[in-house]
Amino acid sequence: MNKLGQTPSQTVGPYFAYGLTPEQYKFDHQSLATPVLLDAKKNSQDAIILRGKVYDLHGEAVDDAMIEIWQVDQEGKFQIKPHQGFFSIGRMGTGTIEGNWFEFTTCIPAAEKQDQAPAIHMIVFMRGLLSHVYTRVYFEDFKELNQEDPYLKLVAEERRSTLIAQKVQESPVTIYEFNLHMQGENETVFFDY
Amino acid sequence: MDTTQNQRDWTSHPPLIAPGYKSTIFRGPSQNLITVPELMKPSSGPIFGLESVAPLDHDLTKNGIKNGEPLGERIVVSGRVLNQHGQPLKNTLIEVWQANAAGRYVHKRDQHHAPLDPNFFGAGRCVTNEEGIFKFYTIKPGAYPWGNHPNAWRPNHIHFSVFGPNIGTRLVTQMYFPGDPLLDYDPIYLAVPEKARERLISSFDLGLTEEGFALGYQFDIVLRGHHSTPFENE
Repeated sequence: MNKLGQTPSQTVGPYFAYGLTPEQYKFDHQSLATPVLLDAKKNSQDAIILRGKVYDLHGEAVDDAMIEIWQVDQEGKFQIKPHQGFFSIGRMGTGTIEGNWFEFTTCIPAAEKQDQAPAIHMIVFMRGLLSHVYTRVYFEDFKELNQEDPYLKLVAEERRSTLIAQKVQESPVTIYEFNLHMQGENETVFFDY
Repeated sequence: MDTTQNQRDWTSHPPLIAPGYKSTIFRGPSQNLITVPELMKPSSGPIFGLESVAPLDHDLTKNGIKNGEPLGERIVVSGRVLNQHGQPLKNTLIEVWQANAAGRYVHKRDQHHAPLDPNFFGAGRCVTNEEGIFKFYTIKPGAYPWGNHPNAWRPNHIHFSVFGPNIGTRLVTQMYFPGDPLLDYDPIYLAVPEKARERLISSFDLGLTEEGFALGYQFDIVLRGHHSTPFENE
């Protein structure tokens, strides 16, 4: 059967902010997805902060990347109805927090399948990236589950640490750090879904 | 089952490092992507509906109005979102953003000394209907200079961000216009393998054109995948 050809990807470019992350950049246009997935007012005991930077080959933290995260909630469901306390897609550009951080308020998701460890899907878009790339954020607390996770098993052992978020603060809110290295010695593992 | 059907087809997409587009050299990953076996791929994802869009979101000629009509040539852009077997994808959310008619973006970092248009914002969104069709109204974007190489200009384009049924169908792309002489010099467009480039160029369509109001351009989008994967949103 003749298949139609896929529409090619193109870069998000440097000027995505008012289209994709308008509220964060103070544009008068409603955002579809924001850096806040979990409404911490309703659900404060489960809230975590996931933050990080995107480093280029020269070790510079990129200030015009857009990070999108996708995750299920703690019951394993995708939620995209507004005002339910949780929204499964988050977006943040790295151009509004000094130091070029992304920073999401969310929760640790349920494992999507029985044999998997909890993980957040992360997609990187930016100027200089012609096709977006996918990675997965695991958490250092789940050492045993991580060891058995089928995605992590696809990765050479010496590179697995690039996929594990490190806990850098316990209270008042738990903060995990997950830095992306586009190239260089600690180049992050990216998956081709 | 053909297990290659949901793969990203790298003979259609630009490479992660394309030296003509300078910033790919230090921003594109250098190591091979890890291929995920078909059965392990996440198959569920969100379904977007009309609740995700506001009434004027699909009309960029109106959603930024402050005190008059935006300047430039009004156009209507419509097309279908399909999978690779030609099946329409309904409930697919599309976001667009673009420069104004003078080639200037609202983005604070765009310092090109072309005028901003107080009545044009340049961003919108819509959801495909039961037939997979989307449609929005806008102003034809202008070309603008950029710093990649001497006398570099981007061709007229509209940025598209598309959600399909799952995370693998996510796509960000750019729609170009037929006959644009700048395409031959644009390293972003030229990074796409030659056989696939035409897919990024919309076609003028007199049938879509609205008499006395706006020129019509047709732009179909094909997302990878071979069937409508069942998914959940509850």
